[in-house]
Amino acid sequence: MNRSREVILAAVRRSLNRGPLGAEREAELRDQIAAHRRNLVPARATSLDHLAQVELFIAMAEAAQATVARVPALADVPETVTRYLASENLPAELVIAPDSSLDDIPWTTRPLLRIRRGRAGKADAVSLTPCFAAIAETGTLMLVSGAHTPTTLNFLPDTHIILVHADQVVATYEDGWDRLREAIHWNATGASELPRTVNFITGPSRTGDIEQRIVLGAHGPRRLHILVVEDRRAGDHGENGG
Amino acid sequence: MVEGRARVALFVTCLVDLFRPTVGFAAVKLLEQAGCTVEVPRAQTCCGQPAYNSGDRADAKTIAVQVMDAFSGYDYVVAPSGSCAGMIRLHYPKMFVDDPTSRARAEELAARTWELVSFLVDVRKMGEVAAQWRRVATYHDACSGLRELGVRDQPRRLLASVEGLELRELLNPEVCCGFGGTFCVKYPEISDKMVSEKADDIAATGADAVLAGDLGCLLNIAGKLSRQGRQVEVRHVAEVLAGMTSAPPIGAPRS
Amino acid sequence: MQATSRNFAANSRVGLANENLQQALDIMTQRGFPLRRREVVARLPEFEALRERGREIKDHTLAHLDFYLELYEENVVAAGGEVHWARTPEEACQVVLEICRAAGARTVTKGKSMIAEEIGLNDFLEKSGIAPIETDLGEYIIQLRHEPPSHLIAPAMHLVKEQVADTFRAAHRTLDPRRPLIEARELCDEARALLRPQFLAADVGITGANFLVAETGSSIIVTNEGNGDLTQTLPRVHIVLASLEKLVPTFEDAATLLRLLARSATGQEFSSYMTASTGPRRPGDLDGPEAYHVILLDNGRSQMLGGEFADMLRCIRCGACMNHCPVYAAVGGHAYGWVYPGPMGAVLTPSLIGIKEAASLPNASTLCGRCESVCPVKIPLPKMLRHWREREFAQKLAPRVWRNGLSLWAWVAQRPALYHALAGIVSRVLGWAGGPRGRFRSLPFAAGWTGVRDMPAPEGRSFHSLWAERAKTAGRG
Repeated sequence: MNRSREVILAAVRRSLNRGPLGAEREAELRDQIAAHRRNLVPARATSLDHLAQVELFIAMAEAAQATVARVPALADVPETVTRYLASENLPAELVIAPDSSLDDIPWTTRPLLRIRRGRAGKADAVSLTPCFAAIAETGTLMLVSGAHTPTTLNFLPDTHIILVHADQVVATYEDGWDRLREAIHWNATGASELPRTVNFITGPSRTGDIEQRIVLGAHGPRRLHILVVEDRRAGDHGENGG
Repeated sequence: MVEGRARVALFVTCLVDLFRPTVGFAAVKLLEQAGCTVEVPRAQTCCGQPAYNSGDRADAKTIAVQVMDAFSGYDYVVAPSGSCAGMIRLHYPKMFVDDPTSRARAEELAARTWELVSFLVDVRKMGEVAAQWRRVATYHDACSGLRELGVRDQPRRLLASVEGLELRELLNPEVCCGFGGTFCVKYPEISDKMVSEKADDIAATGADAVLAGDLGCLLNIAGKLSRQGRQVEVRHVAEVLAGMTSAPPIGAPRS
Repeated sequence: MQATSRNFAANSRVGLANENLQQALDIMTQRGFPLRRREVVARLPEFEALRERGREIKDHTLAHLDFYLELYEENVVAAGGEVHWARTPEEACQVVLEICRAAGARTVTKGKSMIAEEIGLNDFLEKSGIAPIETDLGEYIIQLRHEPPSHLIAPAMHLVKEQVADTFRAAHRTLDPRRPLIEARELCDEARALLRPQFLAADVGITGANFLVAETGSSIIVTNEGNGDLTQTLPRVHIVLASLEKLVPTFEDAATLLRLLARSATGQEFSSYMTASTGPRRPGDLDGPEAYHVILLDNGRSQMLGGEFADMLRCIRCGACMNHCPVYAAVGGHAYGWVYPGPMGAVLTPSLIGIKEAASLPNASTLCGRCESVCPVKIPLPKMLRHWREREFAQKLAPRVWRNGLSLWAWVAQRPALYHALAGIVSRVLGWAGGPRGRFRSLPFAAGWTGVRDMPAPEGRSFHSLWAERAKTAGRG
């Protein structure tokens, strides 16, 4: 299909009434890209301080039919999860991302909770994962794939529990991408360092395909439960946390 | 109200000329109330929309040049129709992209052409009218006036000053009534569905009259209401604002 | 698919007479997308300014499309993926087949892709012995019914839930006849249960793309169901089908367009899932496809650049134009007779399948402009409908009687004296004939009008004749 490539590019240039751009203009465009200039960003979240951004994140996530529980510290997670599972009549069984950020959760305080760490299989009903960032403007969670954060955990189980540290809340999508660039040392040739997938998740799976009626749990999780852990505050991470 | 007389040429529109001269005289009266001297250039016929919207650029251009000739030299050109005024304001300049002389003339004409009610409110700063009409009425926003010229609040503002008139909004005032020039006869079944929904919306308000700023829509709406046997009075907004409501409504028997 | 755009008028009569369709359209227009869009837009003060930025981003990208395409390709390859360029639907289908064959694939799952519809991929794969399974709920329903989509983002929006229940009962052999399928919830659960094993068993997953990010070689899909993610995560091979104009330079640019997309489409603040995929699984990853392919389809787009229809390449396929189109709301999507319905379809279809076949579509509009007023990237749809009408007029595609009538009218309109004389006579004659009742129930020369509504009678004198009289009287007095 190399021929098709050349034919298409030639046709594009013919329609644009010019030849290839030339090294100088191309360099300009590459510089523009590397600058990561933001377009217009709505003030909804950027105008708030970090505490208010956390509140906005929670309100927007709930408006998107996610449920949210606030916990003081990681030590409180097992009890909160156990209570949540019981309240939803779910089995006391979890598949958890094998990520070191979850290592400090003292699951042994709840010996009846069966825990497995790994990717999700078809029999898993409930998953628990960390997130990379949480975006206040629409209550969106940003998750990245990796050796310790398999993507199947986000989509196969019926119930997805996501752990968010308060200092992971940022104002906008652009802030999320900035944080990712920091984390992976993104540079001009950095494309291959990008995780295979970056998932933005806003509320549980849904469909409106039948008579425009919103039904939750189309193919992905029916329930999205967010645990906001308030141990780490903004300032522990970056100057304004966002 | 703006002081100082302005010399205004009335663009009558072909539908007003043929079907409802009352609207033309109402426009003249309102313009005079707004301190304008009104003239009616004899060399006008139509703005050329039927040709333009049918893809006949050549005839549309010829007619546009005829309009530019007939209406040169006046301070303003005013039409009791958002669709014809929109044609002159927005579309004439676009027709002459490769002809700088005509384009400049088209832009010059466009800059002084207005839809009647927006001219009264936005240019002549008219804030109220001295009219009386004891009705509950609803108002349909004709598409071109609304979306091409931003005519929405102006007629409502003036109607609010009409003594005895209560305005009740439609559920979907901004949805097309299905007229669309030749569309209504090319696709009568689709047009029928659209105007039927408009008629239902009008009936649901319980209003005893419906007003709009474009005669094409009014003929379509009046025709449907009358076919359905609904007793709703249909008038151009200018008739009400000018206090000229003694003529029978559009499509009603002559008494 | 075989186009029936030529038969728009007949198709539309079928649509108008279809009670289920009319009920479904009423649901959409009265309590569906337009209402939700209005509410969500009201909550974002910057929405109008974002539309302007969206337009600029797309225009910039299109003006440098060759550069961004090459950069994108470079970055896909750097991330371990492959890019295949396809000039035509045939080439694109062939590439899909070769990838499937090389992977030894027997079944493929599909996320919603309009490009797959455009190239007729399902029929092609079936003929080649590969079973494509649609996984978007609406797309799955119409696949079972062997119907094309009737809407860009809600492919089964022409159906009511009873029809969906009948479809499932006919197609799902394991379905217990006593199981209730009344509510949308029950129908959705039935499809979910049936499709889950298919997701897990598929060899290849095919998705479309909402955006392609040049900087990183990423493909972005936006869904609410999560089907697209299962499709691109579980199988061994992921194929992305996308047309050239999906390119954007950066994630910042994508962020702006994403703020417009969900709000314009479904009236959501953001869709449930936005996923950026870059290449195949990395060493150490526990899941994800082993191979990642992108097929870049041209199919006429390179010709549209720089021409009268270039603005159409900004389209982000949100469906807002059809959600707000009174003609679409009257006849539904199938009347348009090909893949893309509504105002965007009426502009795009003639570019892709030819104006001769699609001549009716640009005429099936009142040019009311509501589509343009809600378009997130400000595509001047009415202007482009007029451009098509100009081409049709130049090619004499309209019926002769129409063209002759128009020419006669234009000839008279260019002769004011004659015009005024005729207008005076016509208004007198019609005014006299219709005067007592004030309207005509039928007029032989205007059957298109009086077939469905009365024709109000003129008042009896033309304005110009009355004005001339008034001027004369004033002059005398």
